[in-house]
Amino acid sequence: MGQPQDPRGNLVRPYAVTRGRTEPRRDIPIEAILVASQAALQEARFAGHDKYRIAVLCEAKPQSLAELSAFTRQPLGVARVLVADMVADGLLSLHSAAPKKGFTERMDLLERVLSGLRKL
Amino acid sequence: MDFASSERAGAQPREITSAKIVIAGGFGVGKTTLVGAVSEIEPLTTEALMTSAGQGVDDASKVPGKETTTVAMDFGRITMADDLILYLFGTPGQTRFWFMWDELIRGAVGAAVLVDTRRIADAFAPLDYFENRHLPYIVALNCFDGAPRYEPDEVREALAIPPHVPLVMCDARHRESVKAVLVQVVEHAMATLVAEQSGGYPAVVG
Repeated sequence: MGQPQDPRGNLVRPYAVTRGRTEPRRDIPIEAILVASQAALQEARFAGHDKYRIAVLCEAKPQSLAELSAFTRQPLGVARVLVADMVADGLLSLHSAAPKKGFTERMDLLERVLSGLRKL
Repeated sequence: MDFASSERAGAQPREITSAKIVIAGGFGVGKTTLVGAVSEIEPLTTEALMTSAGQGVDDASKVPGKETTTVAMDFGRITMADDLILYLFGTPGQTRFWFMWDELIRGAVGAAVLVDTRRIADAFAPLDYFENRHLPYIVALNCFDGAPRYEPDEVREALAIPPHVPLVMCDARHRESVKAVLVQVVEHAMATLVAEQSGGYPAVVG
């Protein structure tokens, strides 16, 4: 974490992984969950090293975008571009982050989180 | 919302929901310690590069030759059920990285602002931030060993914390204490939601 690096190298190198693209195909929240099926994992073998690693992680256990960024040591923006591509290509399924609308839906989620915390 | 892509990847029996709580506060106030006290994994770090999108927000332009800045955020995870995962995100220590805070609070359940009574002024910027955002938050005083002990009312007055914002004491190293902080955040979020629903202003909680 936070080791000093050449700032210019920092800017160029990470986005080489995405072939220079900095805009994801869709926005993905930092806590959104991604899952890969076994079939998707097989398919991801042909998607390149970086995407395959992400698929392996998401097949073993559901992972958030934040975890994928941390485990692959890719900056968040880079991981987001890769993950958005993989969702678009059907290699990952994107699960919903917390509902933002609807009193009942939001309250249900809060109640579940509360009881989960109490059980810790 | 994202069912179409889920179906394509197939074989997943149900939708997994994730929720997040944001832990804010000044540098060195114990955010990562707090996250680590309840997380099922060692806190992880994700880094964001501040590129042109962040310029004008940060003052990196004033530092000659420095074109990008790395902003690190520590986070933890609590798997509550097969279909429910809670994430705890610590905000970047440097409060000038507001753009990253905006991303972190988007869709969050709520937040706790951690305060060190030895450096109470460090809490002003985070508190201002949340006061101007539509996100329920509480204030948690991290009781460091040897730190001056204040009455909660003294701290509330010193930091001008509004009466409807709960204020609790905690020890960021202790699991039970951190659990109590998180329970407060969620209860306050519920009270805020109920108050919104009935058209009123959030009542005093706790």
